[in-house]
Amino acid sequence: MTLQTIKFYQTGTFTVGNRLLDESQRTVQANMRRTNSLNSGHRACQGCGEALGARYAIDAAMRASNNQVIAANATGCLEVFSTPYPETSWQIPWMHSVFGNAASVATGIAAALKVKQKKGIRVIAQGGDGGTTDIGFACLSGMFERNDDVLYICYDNEAYMNTGVQRSSATPAGARTATTPAAGPHPGNPFGTGKNLPLIAMAHHIPYVATASVANLHDLEAKVEKAMGIHGARYIHIHVPCPLGWGSHPSDTVKIARLAVESGLFPLFEAEHGEITSSSAIRRKAPVEAYLKLQRRFAHLFGERPDLETIAQIQEIADRNIARFSLEGR
Amino acid sequence: MLQQLEGSKAIALGIALCRPEVVCAYPITPQTHIVEAIAEMVKKGELEQCEFINVESEFAALSVAIGASAAGARSYTATASQGLLYMAEAVYNAAGLGLPIVMTIGNRAIGAPINIWNDHSDSMAMRDAGWIQLYAETNQEALDLHIQAFRLAEALSCPTMVCVDGFILTHAYEQVEIPESRQVDAFLPPFDPVQVLDCADPISIGAMVGPEAFMEVKYLQHHKQQSALELIPQIAAEFSEAFGRNSGGLLKSYRTDDAQTIVVALGSVNGTIKDAVDEMREAGHSIGSISITSFRPFPLQAVRTALEKAKRFVVLEKSLSVGLGGPLSDGVRKAMSGTGLKGYTVIAGLGGRAITKRSLMALFMQAEKDELELLNFLDLDHDVVNRQLAREKETRRSGPVAENVLRSIGTVASRIA
Amino acid sequence: MFQIRIHGRGGQGVVTGAELLSIAAFLEGRHSQAFPSFGSERMGAPVVAFCRIADHEIRLREPVMSPDAILVQDPTLLHQVDLFRGLSASGIVLVNSGKNLNELGLAEFSENHPVYCLPATEIALEHIGRPLPNSALLGGFAAFSGQIGIDSLEKAIGEKFKGKTGQDNRAAARAAFDHVKEIMHAATA
Repeated sequence: MTLQTIKFYQTGTFTVGNRLLDESQRTVQANMRRTNSLNSGHRACQGCGEALGARYAIDAAMRASNNQVIAANATGCLEVFSTPYPETSWQIPWMHSVFGNAASVATGIAAALKVKQKKGIRVIAQGGDGGTTDIGFACLSGMFERNDDVLYICYDNEAYMNTGVQRSSATPAGARTATTPAAGPHPGNPFGTGKNLPLIAMAHHIPYVATASVANLHDLEAKVEKAMGIHGARYIHIHVPCPLGWGSHPSDTVKIARLAVESGLFPLFEAEHGEITSSSAIRRKAPVEAYLKLQRRFAHLFGERPDLETIAQIQEIADRNIARFSLEGR
Repeated sequence: MLQQLEGSKAIALGIALCRPEVVCAYPITPQTHIVEAIAEMVKKGELEQCEFINVESEFAALSVAIGASAAGARSYTATASQGLLYMAEAVYNAAGLGLPIVMTIGNRAIGAPINIWNDHSDSMAMRDAGWIQLYAETNQEALDLHIQAFRLAEALSCPTMVCVDGFILTHAYEQVEIPESRQVDAFLPPFDPVQVLDCADPISIGAMVGPEAFMEVKYLQHHKQQSALELIPQIAAEFSEAFGRNSGGLLKSYRTDDAQTIVVALGSVNGTIKDAVDEMREAGHSIGSISITSFRPFPLQAVRTALEKAKRFVVLEKSLSVGLGGPLSDGVRKAMSGTGLKGYTVIAGLGGRAITKRSLMALFMQAEKDELELLNFLDLDHDVVNRQLAREKETRRSGPVAENVLRSIGTVASRIA
Repeated sequence: MFQIRIHGRGGQGVVTGAELLSIAAFLEGRHSQAFPSFGSERMGAPVVAFCRIADHEIRLREPVMSPDAILVQDPTLLHQVDLFRGLSASGIVLVNSGKNLNELGLAEFSENHPVYCLPATEIALEHIGRPLPNSALLGGFAAFSGQIGIDSLEKAIGEKFKGKTGQDNRAAARAAFDHVKEIMHAATA
């Protein structure tokens, strides 16, 4: 795997990393000679949070493993946009089997590496929220409980974007999707549904669970690096805005991701062996409206007569997170 | 060494001799004894350099095998019935990706109604998935076919199913010659993959293929199976030379020379058919039989050659294509198209219904007189069927069919067959 | 070809019994085939297993329809299950029971078929300490039928059961074998 010189397209955002920092503290992405695991030329939409998240995560994993990474990928946007054959954007050995089995395929790869005594090579499985929280859930849970030596990364854009924005079990309450339209007396995704996969992962008592956001590059890379330093089943859940599905401006991807964190709707934390070991305090607390208003999937809550009751319900969710994960500024 | 042992144990010993590197399994009757025996060998250290993984479903089992095979490990799993259907998506995927996984099917019926007994509905449901399908007649052949299957699968980079009649073979004790490991090592070279996930030479496997190339990729799968038609007899011949017994091949003919009536079947029922053939031959009947080993690829030419001098064929099959007939008949009829040979389909042994020599002989004698229908059901209890049909006519809410049928049959604890 | 059907209840070792017979026959250089009736029955339910012994390859895969011998592990099955269905004209029956044929209601039946009662459970209790009549019944069968030798049966038991279990089961088989031989001797004397 040769290093390649890349250009910085993202100047003006935080994604490149802070070059005022000491070199050793700079992000992988800030390095002009990073591996660029997910190469340019892929077919992701403008402003795709998943493309960003995947490159951040896999680049960091490559640095942490001296480029010895193999990935199994679930069906989904990431798979489709990265490998329009005969072109592939992946600079690592990469495999896609079907939608629901990425975790199991990764288990198989890890088993093969173990039996062939290729100790330095690390295995990552990745998928979107549908491939992780819904159709791939059984395989993922099996991989967790066996404590297979796999790092699973979920890029959560909160719906089935590849098929045209249908609801998943990671779709937030109140959000409009193609199958939870903004219609009727209770528009959008019903409250009281969905599942929290990081917490479910923790319930398996696996060595490492973390949440991360494309808005916080340092934190994301640090968590990937930490995960790569551990053997056994590991899980990182990365929040990745989707301009297409969320109805947001492509240039707002990082901003929206940051608002999700700052509002408390997407708490950043780490857990080891089932216990939370750290959480990232909110620096400037934002009201949920600031997050919701930038996305057309929540447009039905605003307009001429804002649905204050629903907005308050969403604020309650954020406030509960803040209390539960100790996100209050310290 | 010649041993008297359970079919499943013989298969497990055969698998172990093939030095699998990753074995994964989810329990389903009647496959369990095979993977239990392998698990024990791995745990005891008798089977070295092998990872045994207990997974949470058949879908995961084959998915683990897919990952392991793509990473260059010789991979094996086993399943049956509902389990094969539960992994169906991965079954097609493994074939499409060209991963030479070997999988045992302990053939069993598919519900509803739930039924744990033998027939061929499960593997037949996957007949077009792109896997090679070999059917074993005896436990000796079941063991031998697994050794040949790894050789075949890896030579072609095509996954292979070895279909073994559930219970009838998997749970039967009979004598099996267990080969020496040096014999198997000489016959089966280490796995040399045509594609592998390798950090030194990164490739992407499993990308999307559009209309511009999908036909070609699928055609190549077909082409691969067509070349298996040549390779299967070749491997069987080499096997015979190395191990001193005949196993495998495309098909085996039994007393078909000059036979006017030839029975065609898959798997263990061929044993009972041969006994019936012998008895009828002694009584002066002109009858023989063909046991088809390779169902995918289907040996059209070999079947035609084997049948063309006969006057009629009777295809006995343990699987029903509901609404049509039998999948084996489709192949045999295609092989014989244009010959004008009379052909009969007989559906038999569904859900473990015993196929007795007595019933077979009565059937074959009817066939000789051309008294059979195109599609027949061996030992079907017409009274029971008619009672249910009448019930349905009588009342709208006639209730669940299976329960009605069982109730009208009464207690079955006392029945032998 | 000699065909055997064993009737018992789930947990009594019916399947193992058929397997042991097949191993014993194999050890004598003969062909044999053993298989269960393939039920999903739980403990206590009526179960059946089959065994065929021959001097040639056994190709037949049907259940044993016309047995030459029937072994009944549990006498409570006698009038519940159609145990003797298909029994060949010269077929023999061995019942695990301390009772006599009259008490079992088999007096009439025994006029046409050789039927023996063997207190296999009692023999098992004596030698194994548990009510597992399997090995004793097989020992009795060896004596009664002459189809397998007691030595090869003991060897087969030793292959299946290791250590003390194997030892005890072999003793039970041997005791039952001697018991039946004695009765047969007395009957012919």
